[in-house]
Amino acid sequence: MTERPVVAVVVFPGSNDDRDAAWALGAVGADPVLVWHDSPELPDATGAVVLPGGFSYGDYLRCGAMASVTPAMDAVRRFAARGGPVLGICNGFQILCETKLLPGVLRPNRQLEFVCRDVGVRVESTNSLLLGRCEVGQELVIPVKHGEGAWYADEGQFMQFVARGQIALRYTEDVNGSLGGVAGVTNEAGNVLGLMPHPEHAVDPLLGSADGGLLLAALVDAATRHAFATA
Amino acid sequence: MRATVLVRPKQGILDPQGEAIEGSLRKLGFDVRQVRVGRVIDLELEAEGPNHARMQVERMCSELLANPLIESVQIRLDGDAA
Repeated sequence: MTERPVVAVVVFPGSNDDRDAAWALGAVGADPVLVWHDSPELPDATGAVVLPGGFSYGDYLRCGAMASVTPAMDAVRRFAARGGPVLGICNGFQILCETKLLPGVLRPNRQLEFVCRDVGVRVESTNSLLLGRCEVGQELVIPVKHGEGAWYADEGQFMQFVARGQIALRYTEDVNGSLGGVAGVTNEAGNVLGLMPHPEHAVDPLLGSADGGLLLAALVDAATRHAFATA
Repeated sequence: MRATVLVRPKQGILDPQGEAIEGSLRKLGFDVRQVRVGRVIDLELEAEGPNHARMQVERMCSELLANPLIESVQIRLDGDAA
């Protein structure tokens, strides 16, 4: 086992934050490996997976819908079922919802405008492995850039997600009309997290905020543990 | 066999695109009460009769063409009354 855990960054046609994600993961101690969408398997030593931002398949049909039926996503499903840590950022979050690894769906922003700026998000629950370096109530500044980021779920189910600690992050202001101001959601087991803000764009204080580094570093922690447990 | 799938935003689901179009139609002077925007998917498929075709298209809808959380679907097979 190498000291740096392998983090697979899945690249779809139309992904555009794959290299930023790989750079940021490298900066927080991972060994990032780009994996093409038609790969039926993830690299052997994979300790975690990142689904990066972008516009996979040109957002045809619904954001993330086409990517959800690729061979690489079948491999990600199997990886997640074994407890492997998975982080979906922006388009990656949309893909995780379409894959049903996460509940809900991302809808067009309420204001019908693309939103691209730093936003505040509050940690609502640390049930997710990937928020292991954060505390409940902690506020982070991380940029968003999306046109379809309004998370939606059945209102009845929403209360269950809150009760189970699956609502991981909420915006501190109304950003896109998302139900309950939700910015990030985790699965019941806590190993899969999706969020609209881009932690990979917030790892250096020179660029405004390094708060995204907390999430990516927790992903690296989880990747190290997962790689060790399955080695 | 030809089939058409009509995908619509479910009742109660926010449709900002429909609202924007409604606003533009009002500006043109039309007395529009509501606009909802969906999607039409025309497809041709191999099938052993209409029942088999319908079953296949239903599976296509649940596996890819629509998200049941927010969308409803209506399937029309070629030969169905319009």
